[in-house]
Amino acid sequence: MDVVYMDNNATTAVAPEVKDEMLPFMTEYYGNPSSMHTFGGQVGRKIVEARERVAQLINADPSEVIFTSCGTESDNTAIRAALASNPDKKHIITTRVEHPAIKNLCENLEKKHYHVTWVPVDKKGNLDCDYLYDHLTDDTALVSVMWANNETGVVFPIAEISRHARERGIVFHTDAVQAAGKVSVDVKAAEVDMLSMSGHKIHALKGVGVLYIRKGTKFSPFMIGGHQEQGRRGGTENVASIIGLGKAAQMAKAHLGAGMEQVKSLRDRLEQGLLKSIPNTILNGDKQNRLPNTLNLSFEYVEGEAILLMMDKYSICASSGSACTSGSLEPSHVLRAMGVPFTAAHGSIRFSLSVYNTEKEVDFVIEKLPPIIAKLRQMSPFWKEGTCRAQ
Amino acid sequence: MWEYTDKVKEHFINPKNVGELPDANGIGEVGSMACGDALKLYIKVDENDRIVDVKFQTFGCASAIASSSALTEMIMGKPLVEAEKITNDDIADYLGGLPKEKMHCSVLGKDALKKAIEDYRGVAAAGPEGEIVCECFGVTDKQIEEAVSENHLKTIEDVTNYIKAGGGCGNCHEKIQEIIDTFYKKPGVIVPKPRKLTNIAKIKLIEDTLDREIKPALMQDGGNIELVDIDGDVVFVKLKGTCATCSASQLTLKNYVEIKLRELVAPGLVVEEVK
Repeated sequence: MDVVYMDNNATTAVAPEVKDEMLPFMTEYYGNPSSMHTFGGQVGRKIVEARERVAQLINADPSEVIFTSCGTESDNTAIRAALASNPDKKHIITTRVEHPAIKNLCENLEKKHYHVTWVPVDKKGNLDCDYLYDHLTDDTALVSVMWANNETGVVFPIAEISRHARERGIVFHTDAVQAAGKVSVDVKAAEVDMLSMSGHKIHALKGVGVLYIRKGTKFSPFMIGGHQEQGRRGGTENVASIIGLGKAAQMAKAHLGAGMEQVKSLRDRLEQGLLKSIPNTILNGDKQNRLPNTLNLSFEYVEGEAILLMMDKYSICASSGSACTSGSLEPSHVLRAMGVPFTAAHGSIRFSLSVYNTEKEVDFVIEKLPPIIAKLRQMSPFWKEGTCRAQ
Repeated sequence: MWEYTDKVKEHFINPKNVGELPDANGIGEVGSMACGDALKLYIKVDENDRIVDVKFQTFGCASAIASSSALTEMIMGKPLVEAEKITNDDIADYLGGLPKEKMHCSVLGKDALKKAIEDYRGVAAAGPEGEIVCECFGVTDKQIEEAVSENHLKTIEDVTNYIKAGGGCGNCHEKIQEIIDTFYKKPGVIVPKPRKLTNIAKIKLIEDTLDREIKPALMQDGGNIELVDIDGDVVFVKLKGTCATCSASQLTLKNYVEIKLRELVAPGLVVEEVK
């Protein structure tokens, strides 16, 4: 059976156009873009083009874009650079719902004399911005807030937060790994200092990322080596992946209007279909203020891993915030930060769509999922039809 | 993705003996929704003390459902005295093994069976014996000791994999370690007392802690540290690399190295720098 892939916040399919763009650089054009000869130089020109395409997606100047190996490297580079250029400041502000790339790094820094303020979110997953502004101090070296949350899709008011940071002269970084390509990400309008992106979330390959560094931002490299990326990130370029990412960025920009509208209408169809046919189902996140592709639902009285494996029988791919899928025993830190009760967090499923999903696939999930939930609930000692709400 | 055996998958997709048993004369309930898994086991025992019918209801992941289903197959038709002997390892073996992170699912089965038999025999349904150690999952010291003893668990991670204790906030890790240490130090009477290190163990632990925790952290900032000597509770060290010339090195020494060593080795330690 064909795979019904609705786990695009985890990773995406490589677009055929992206693959075609990359192929020559995995075969005949193997030159080093730094070389003096024409053979290498022609590769260098394609990298210039890729940089321009990425810059256009986020409305940056190409010189402000550096290529990295992944979103996590971009996040690490940004945060360490901000701290290194403000050695006297020991305070970091971030949120309680960041991706592990930021969350675990900041927890690590907490052990090394840094003080971290973790900004809470409300029940719908929206950020408590006033809490953030109240905690800006003269000791604050950096504010890092994700553009959109990977689990719920909730979008944060980046332009407003960055303005508050800027007024205090504090560096502002945003992890836009989930937002880029799904909603308009404009670094000039939002006036951010640094921004992270990842290739494989926008239909390019895994193993390539982007760090935007606004002109004039103090920076120190994480990877020290050759003069590549103007000395801001040493190491021979991951040529084919970068060229593929350029193409993917160009396509993502083209999809931002009608393409994402289409994704949103499919997502809404899935949401309505499932909420209608499965009782005791809760939407996690803010219905209005969300990425167009993300749907996070909690099916009460059943456990997420069991749902995923039952769906796997039909080759339906999604993910869960349940403890059993995480390798630890605690359910998603994002859902817990939102105050979603453990009981619902264990039964949470995230569907994340892309431009490659179809109405037929959505209807297939709407058809297959209700009996799965019903079967698991029949097995559950907590499930009593019709009386559950009272518990 | 977890690597489940075909037998686990089979029992998960087509579980046996699901549902309630209205004429059950023994019911065992363990776990809770907050924990992420729960099992309610119904047994019907005849006048010859033989299990003649069994049903289950489970809230949990694939391996919890499979373990419950396997358990019902294993005890169906068995005399109580035989069913009683089933351990969590037996359940896991019946399924062709479980990922080690999922062993707690088989423990769930064993515990539910024990409770159902107790219920049938009319033994007062007491709560778990002992004092709660893991607040997150409500696990007591007795339960941890039992799991350590039955399954030869050696580390906190093992304990978490089997009975979840320590898998939440992590505040109880020290206590779990104590229970493990105490268990392997007997036989004889267990006198719970704060762990006192012998000299050789202390030196070893200081070395390990420096290598594992402290050096990597300092090296990230271009520094390093070397152990010179240990005299009683005084640890003499030499700072190297950027640390040797850093104006904040005393701060690093007292606020980081000393605190880390006190936390991980012994509370009375003092760190002194040797130039």
